[in-house]
Amino acid sequence: MLQIDCPWCGRRDEDEFNCGGQSHIQRPGLDCSDAEWGDYLFARINPKGVSLERWRHTHGCRQWFNLARDTVSHRILAVYGMTDPVPALPEARS
Amino acid sequence: MVTPLPVTRTHSALQLLKHAIGGHRNWPQYWRSPEPKAAYDVVIIGGGGHGLATAYYLASKHGIRNVALLEKGWLGGGNTGRNTTIVRSNYFYPQSTDLYDHSLRLYEGLSHELNINLMLSQMGILTLANSRHDVEMLQRWSNAIQVQGIACEWLEPEQVQAEVPALDVFGMRYPVKGAFMQRRGGTARHDAVAWGYARGASQLGVDIIQNCEVTGFDISDNRVRAVHTSRGTIRTDKVGIAVAGHSTVLAEKAGFTLPLSSMTLQAYVSEPVKPALDRVINSPMVHAYISQSDRGEMVMGAGADAYYSYGQRGNLPTLEDGVRSILEMFPRFSRLKMMRQWGGVVDISPDTSPIIGKTPVTGMYLNCGWGTGGFKAIPAGGDLLAATIANDKPHPLAEPFCLDRFRTGRLVDEGAAAGVSH
Repeated sequence: MLQIDCPWCGRRDEDEFNCGGQSHIQRPGLDCSDAEWGDYLFARINPKGVSLERWRHTHGCRQWFNLARDTVSHRILAVYGMTDPVPALPEARS
Repeated sequence: MVTPLPVTRTHSALQLLKHAIGGHRNWPQYWRSPEPKAAYDVVIIGGGGHGLATAYYLASKHGIRNVALLEKGWLGGGNTGRNTTIVRSNYFYPQSTDLYDHSLRLYEGLSHELNINLMLSQMGILTLANSRHDVEMLQRWSNAIQVQGIACEWLEPEQVQAEVPALDVFGMRYPVKGAFMQRRGGTARHDAVAWGYARGASQLGVDIIQNCEVTGFDISDNRVRAVHTSRGTIRTDKVGIAVAGHSTVLAEKAGFTLPLSSMTLQAYVSEPVKPALDRVINSPMVHAYISQSDRGEMVMGAGADAYYSYGQRGNLPTLEDGVRSILEMFPRFSRLKMMRQWGGVVDISPDTSPIIGKTPVTGMYLNCGWGTGGFKAIPAGGDLLAATIANDKPHPLAEPFCLDRFRTGRLVDEGAAAGVSH
């Protein structure tokens, strides 16, 4: 069971939240190639290690925020806002 | 140095009798464990069901026997040993049905071909409808399967109750409104599938090398030249990758990206009890599935865990959800003690269909994206990857499942069609 520090509500159990997948994906321009569009829709980093991902406090304040989390240890390394840049992260222990 | 035991060829009644008298000590080893050679015609990465089946079919169907199979742990120690052993071919789209029924037909002849008892038990699988809307969806689904030539039947609630007396058909919060049943679906013994393919491949000359982790590739002019491993460099022109949840990790070493998400899928078993359930039951809406193993354990599973993980361990909230769903369907199992729980890293693709075929690197072939349903597909996955490697072009059954579909948009969207993860 993860305990996640919602930026608005504080520490809550993971089952109040939903993971919305990889964060910081930029939509390419409409003049992009099929390959670029396909990558935008489907290609994912799927890291073994630090994952930057969107989460929503679905059963709480319903706000979105970003999480840096290790996909092996599940340790949460940082919580930051949707429009914030990626913060400096401690070493992942994976 | 320990002298290696002789390698067993086949099982016979006489052998069983001999070893029974001898207390089942000194059974010969199932496969050779040679040191890796400097070069092979083909290197298969991944000693799970799909990798082992690929090596076996390369040798048996295509005469390519100078093959190494590399496994970083032990054979069948990943998802092949971490599933609920269900086999079926009740998919929605014709491409999927063709693929999965090819697999089921291979399973039906596999105990004989590999001379090992896979304990294939075609007890029948019921997919439950728990609402009027489910009835419409599932009738459409079951009709599609029948149009594609797969025997499948619709059952009314009374018929479901007759098939599965233990199921609380009318008492559930969402009572069963009907079900479709594929009688050829069922379960098989997962370890035996891995061991049978391993022995078959080894007998035909494949070198099975365990505790050998791939650390990188030699690629020049966009063509694979060698595989770097924890046990030295192996030269080869052709590499087949069948590593499920770790496909992205290997693709990264080869310099391309994949549309996969690695997540944990859990399964859990109860203590063994007397026979109480002789069908596989799956409810897409209540969202859990269950069967009883030949040892008497209730084998259960549900949805994947809610976030990306390479951890090979499950989380309690998902486990609780699954067990709660099972008890909704089978209140009489409420006092069963749970015995074991395990989690595997599954590679979920955007359309929940597999990816089989060529990669952006010449000479490198891929078998991944089976997500939560790889076990049932082991014979087909191996057969199609072997054919694709041997002929350097996709097997016709594998063509719709090429990596390129995520650029052309020709998805095989089973996730959307059936509304349940596979």
